[in-house]
Amino acid sequence: MPLLQINNMSHDFGGLRAVNNYNLEIEPGQIRGLIGPNGAGKTTVFNLVSGIYTPTEGDILLNGQSIVGLKPYQIATLGLGRTFQNLRLWRHMSVLDHVKMAQYSKISYGLLGAFFGTPKRRREEAEIEEKAYGLLKLVGVADLADQLVVNLPYGDQRRVEMARALATEPRVLFLDEPTAGMNPEELIQMMEIVRLVHREFGLAIFLIEHRLKVVMELCDIIQTLVFGEVIAEGSAEEIQNDPKVIEAYLGKETIL
Amino acid sequence: MVTYFLQNLINALQWGSFYALIALGYSMVYGVLMLFNFAHGDIFMVGAYIGFGVATGLVSLASMGALALPNWLILVLTILISMFLTSFVGMIVERVGYRPLREAPRASAAITGLMIGIILETGNLAILGARRVRFPTLIQSTTYNLGGVFVTNKKIMIVVVSIALMYALHLFVRKTRWGMAMRAMAFDTVVVPLLGVPVNNIARMTFAIGSALAAVAGILFGVAYPVLDPYMGIIFGWKAFVAAILGGRGSILGACLAGFLLGFIEIFVVMIFPSTLRDFIAYSIILLILAFRPHGFFGEPYSARLRL
Repeated sequence: MPLLQINNMSHDFGGLRAVNNYNLEIEPGQIRGLIGPNGAGKTTVFNLVSGIYTPTEGDILLNGQSIVGLKPYQIATLGLGRTFQNLRLWRHMSVLDHVKMAQYSKISYGLLGAFFGTPKRRREEAEIEEKAYGLLKLVGVADLADQLVVNLPYGDQRRVEMARALATEPRVLFLDEPTAGMNPEELIQMMEIVRLVHREFGLAIFLIEHRLKVVMELCDIIQTLVFGEVIAEGSAEEIQNDPKVIEAYLGKETIL
Repeated sequence: MVTYFLQNLINALQWGSFYALIALGYSMVYGVLMLFNFAHGDIFMVGAYIGFGVATGLVSLASMGALALPNWLILVLTILISMFLTSFVGMIVERVGYRPLREAPRASAAITGLMIGIILETGNLAILGARRVRFPTLIQSTTYNLGGVFVTNKKIMIVVVSIALMYALHLFVRKTRWGMAMRAMAFDTVVVPLLGVPVNNIARMTFAIGSALAAVAGILFGVAYPVLDPYMGIIFGWKAFVAAILGGRGSILGACLAGFLLGFIEIFVVMIFPSTLRDFIAYSIILLILAFRPHGFFGEPYSARLRL
């Protein structure tokens, strides 16, 4: 059974069909990519799956269970994690707090525990912190744990976002342009991190990218989305040579 | 001169306690949900009236002999029961007034607050009629003379209860997972749910806590100045709102300090100038402070999402 299965999903914004008859199957441990020109509906697909929008038609199954109509926090608890194109970090909170916050649904001590420092609180807090430090170490920013994210360089902020997404213990991780705005060096490091977390947690990863190099190197199977429709699906090589993809990216009469 | 100053300092602490407790409700809602709950002053009024109802009920039960309760216990029970009941008023206001407008322009939400305020005021008029009510006397006033400075037990109680609640709220926001969620929501409401946090519950909780604190302010006000009227929340609400902004968006410490500062300025202006000029001068000073610190004491100077 695929970990995530999307059947004939469509979504309308008013009269505009933003996503049309979209299908996807992700097996455990797979890395899949979604490419397409600006405005093709890539982020809309992410928003539909994570529950920010509810699809007009179609079904989404996470681990065999339909998640259409569930609230974002419920879907997150079922094992979907994601990052954002434009880094939604909490500027004036510490790096450590970001990763601790992401473990919200695992905290069970209540008001009394928090106020009086019961053994349960101490134990849970220690666990949460240990896990947070572990994740920060994995993505390479453990030494910045006490810093406010607003003071971090851009590449490190991306790493914090990754650690935060991982802290929710996802089974499928959605990455929305993880290398957007990065310089070549940061880009290579980020690709390393994606490979690393994939290996470490055996995650299924679904990523949106603008840079073909990144998807080509990381992904097993790639979909190309144009005007809300998948026009091509296949391996990196197949996609690269698909005339429809070339047309969508470069226009019809290419000189290549 | 020193005793005169200390005397006024104590009065200012008491007066500032009311502002600070109400300001916390404004500041929390503003911080977490990016909206001004302009009905909050009237929730303070409703809290005072609920406190009046509970206290009157408990007193009459005690006088009939049904309950043998000392007055101090009646006060404690009144505070706890009223906090509980008023928190529901806040949650209803959130659910009915604000949640449907979560994505609406902020001006709509602000107007909603004003309308809910009017509804609460006139609703009170409709239910209880146009008369003032008298908060039952639960504490016999005792005055202590400390080297020429007169302190009443009521004033001490009001200031101590207020500061204790402020500290409790500080702990709540710093130490509990709900508090942490509130701090995160202050920056972003898109990611927080994707981390498994039910944001509607957090929003509801924010209103509940703010309203419960306003209820305490209302009861303490009733203890100090026992006459209540349906419009008592308006001017207090506006001034506490000023304190919330002066303290800085979402800052608990800021709201408390600004609340006390407002109390100090108002009281000390009267030390020097005729009392008819009190608010004129006091709020000119505040305006000047804001001109130099437009984000308040502890507000972070960044482009807020607030569009008002």
